[in-house]
Amino acid sequence: MARVVVDVMLKPEILDPQGQAVQRALPRLGFDGISDVRQGKRFELEVDGPVDEAALARIHDLAESFLANTVIEDFTVRVESDDVVAEAVK
Amino acid sequence: MTARIGVVTFPGSLDDRDTQRAIRLAGAEPVVLWHKDKDLKQVDAVVLPGGFSYGDYLRAGAIARFSPVMGALIEQAKAGLPVLGICNGFQLLTEAHLLPGAMLGNDHLHFICRDQKLRVENAETAWTSDYTVGQEISIPLKNMDGRYVADEYTLDKLEAEGQVAFRYLVRGEAAEGYGNPNGSLRDIAGITNEAGNVVGLMPHPEHATESLIGTGRTDGLPFFTSILKKLVTA
Repeated sequence: MARVVVDVMLKPEILDPQGQAVQRALPRLGFDGISDVRQGKRFELEVDGPVDEAALARIHDLAESFLANTVIEDFTVRVESDDVVAEAVK
Repeated sequence: MTARIGVVTFPGSLDDRDTQRAIRLAGAEPVVLWHKDKDLKQVDAVVLPGGFSYGDYLRAGAIARFSPVMGALIEQAKAGLPVLGICNGFQLLTEAHLLPGAMLGNDHLHFICRDQKLRVENAETAWTSDYTVGQEISIPLKNMDGRYVADEYTLDKLEAEGQVAFRYLVRGEAAEGYGNPNGSLRDIAGITNEAGNVVGLMPHPEHATESLIGTGRTDGLPFFTSILKKLVTA
């Protein structure tokens, strides 16, 4: 089993009111020294078969056309190492 | 024969019935379209109604955008078919890239529901010809994700090309429906594509078509009489 992780974040110039609300709550909870919080989305895709270049290219297309709206969001695609996946499955 | 205007129902649409009613009140024939339809039943125009298609999961309109009916709709809208997107329909049109920009959560993070004052900025689209430029109208607004955003270049282009169709009226008392209700850039409430056949807006004209209910005014009715006139005289 292979896992591919797609992280989606609002572009830096886009206002993130949810992140701001989280940031404003931090001092109340005793967390100081955090000047900004931005909230994003993480997708974990369990891929059947090998994660080769072709599979990654297809996932990239999927992220670009569906998981992220590139008008407002940036995304990254990465393969999670087998060790991390095995640890998580345990 | 009068014009046939399709209204698409997605899983989670809420205002499809009200939209059909508004179309009938204007004198046209509403045609029920289902999200799984692969063709548009030869309608003369389409309205994408408000609601929460697919629960707004992922992003508002993001999943509905890939419904079977959207394939035919996108193709025909590009060829000139008049399409109006209201609220969730507007979100859907931006997700389908038939209109530029995108919709995000209201800047105050709350759902908002109120009568909203708007100014008509473009009275030459297929859906706004029965208004006059500068006309001030009041129609209901109700949404969670109503914040219109686009990059500066796109915003400048929209302004320069007259593609801002409606703007929120910001000078006045909030209790009377004035103010930017969601943080939309440049107070944009609705836009049109370059050709003027595709229009999207967050407020709900279909809820302001009878004097008995809603705002007590019929400020939303001209959307439906505009398109009827265009189709009947075409």
